[in-house]
Amino acid sequence: MLNYVVKRLLSTIPVLIGISLLLFFMLRMLPGDPAQVLAGQMATPQEIELIRHQLGLDKPIHIQYAYFLGRLIHFDLGRSARTQNPVTEEIWARLPNTVLLAVVAITLACIFGIPAGIISAVRPYTWIDYLVTSSALFGISMPVFWLGLMLVVVFSVMLHWLPAGGTGSWKHVILPSFTLAAFVVAFIARMTRSTMMEVLSQDYTTTARSKGLKERVVVTKHALRNALIPIITVVGLQFGLLLGGAVLTETVFAWPGIGRLIVDSILARDYPMIQGTILVFGLLYILVNLVVDLIYAWVDPRIRYG
Amino acid sequence: MNTDNEPLLAIRNLHTCFHVFEGVVNAVDGVDLEVPHGETVGLVGESGCGKSVTALSILRLLRCPPAEIQGQVIFHGRNLLDLDREGIRKIRGNAISMIFQEPMTSLNPVLTIGEQIAEAVRLHQGMSRREAWRWAEEMLRMVQIPGARARAREYPHKLSGGMRQRAMIAMALSCNPQLLLADEPTTALDVTIQAQIMSLMSNLKEEFGTSILLITHDLGVIAEMASRVIVMYAGKVVEEAPVKELFKEPLHPYTKGLLGSVPVIGRKAQTGRRLHEIPGTVPSLLEMPRGCRFHPRCPKMMDVCSGEEPPTIHMGGDRRVCCWLFAKT
Repeated sequence: MLNYVVKRLLSTIPVLIGISLLLFFMLRMLPGDPAQVLAGQMATPQEIELIRHQLGLDKPIHIQYAYFLGRLIHFDLGRSARTQNPVTEEIWARLPNTVLLAVVAITLACIFGIPAGIISAVRPYTWIDYLVTSSALFGISMPVFWLGLMLVVVFSVMLHWLPAGGTGSWKHVILPSFTLAAFVVAFIARMTRSTMMEVLSQDYTTTARSKGLKERVVVTKHALRNALIPIITVVGLQFGLLLGGAVLTETVFAWPGIGRLIVDSILARDYPMIQGTILVFGLLYILVNLVVDLIYAWVDPRIRYG
Repeated sequence: MNTDNEPLLAIRNLHTCFHVFEGVVNAVDGVDLEVPHGETVGLVGESGCGKSVTALSILRLLRCPPAEIQGQVIFHGRNLLDLDREGIRKIRGNAISMIFQEPMTSLNPVLTIGEQIAEAVRLHQGMSRREAWRWAEEMLRMVQIPGARARAREYPHKLSGGMRQRAMIAMALSCNPQLLLADEPTTALDVTIQAQIMSLMSNLKEEFGTSILLITHDLGVIAEMASRVIVMYAGKVVEEAPVKELFKEPLHPYTKGLLGSVPVIGRKAQTGRRLHEIPGTVPSLLEMPRGCRFHPRCPKMMDVCSGEEPPTIHMGGDRRVCCWLFAKT
């Protein structure tokens, strides 16, 4: 088990190098000149050239990449071209906000999504099933920014219950996390429903019933554990995505997270910042997947890692 | 028939139908059968004739809807079809338990063998966790699983098909049921394992005094295990007889066909003569032929067969047959 974890962690290194390579060269193929953006509209060619030199952008691209890798070994992601602050500091300042939102949203999604999916699988084609499936469809189809704005209109503007944006207290977390959770709840509920329905029609479910077990035990003990693998997969993937920041939600609620950082950096052609955030995002995504794989083995005795 | 006392289980006029998109499927259509105390009754027929649905109807293990079960299933003087959910739950796995065809899929892959046996024991016998676990180990020993103590802690995927079926039997017998519904218990197993499982079931039946309703399409299994045989065709009982008489002198043309299609070792295949087969296939349950359901495939078809359903005729000595050939007119 420990061996497996170490192996998986080591295997993240080539993955991260691959990400950084792609990222590095693709960024530089983008139209737009970071020096030009930084210098502003009125800058003279000399000024732009100076900035380009300061940023190291006048060197050949493979040399730039070598410098970048060299710093990366010391966990130094360079300085932001825009703010001159170290990239790691900027990320550290925003990452907790994103993680907080992601954790709250995914928790909400599990608390509502999994039971909803189970109920609708146990009572298929009844009013409650139709209620769950149609609200799930609604949740999946609804644009996030629209939902966010509507929640602001109702709970901040009309009722004055919750702040419309920013951070500071637990009250600030509620609206953005519900907005984020809406889609994930719907997704998890649909996944839970379909896997539970499949599991409930398996032979071993009939065996469990033939033993005289209560329906509640059949569903929670015998069926749910078998349905958990696909559910955990979906939860893991969604959590990984949420950790990458939710650009729209963070924008609507003026939430200082990673998502907005990435978008702002892209607009400013802030190469070090973009590289840094996306690498961190990649690393988090890999770690989440590793944890998901470890949970598989815990849930399903047939899965063992050597 | 059984004159001295009440049978353990009596099914009267059982109808089980399924409401599906294409219409109503009558999977079991007016089945009567009895399982006397301490006996093994065989229920034979081709795939899709309603044997399994009959067994599942007894314990009401079909999802309703789409299924609908009507008639009477009398067990100890009570109609199981009238019981409420709690009532039938207390019978399942306790007084009546069931063994299924597919040992590979009938055990829950994420629970240990021991737990799957012990949970029923805790539920019905009110044993503590430790007692139930010990009992589960004891049951595994009784079905001759080597290393029972260690096996109890293992998950089903580590066991072979035969071992899993033994575990399934241990589970079914763990609460000392009066009636065991065995739905094709040996069909999915190798021949050598089949023989072991059958002798195991025979021994346990003697030891526990359990009655068995043995569902199979394998006449060899019936000959070895059952004392009475009921032959089903397309949702109906076509013949019932003590096992020896049935094999010696089958009455219904369908039974004759079934017995004739079993290869006999030692009887030399003559050149140009193949093993006997019943022509045609079981009719679709949605489009049942009028009259006797077997008539399109019957070598002795008469005019009346395609018009009216044949009556059930009681022959002497516990036999009955459902065929116009035996109707006295």
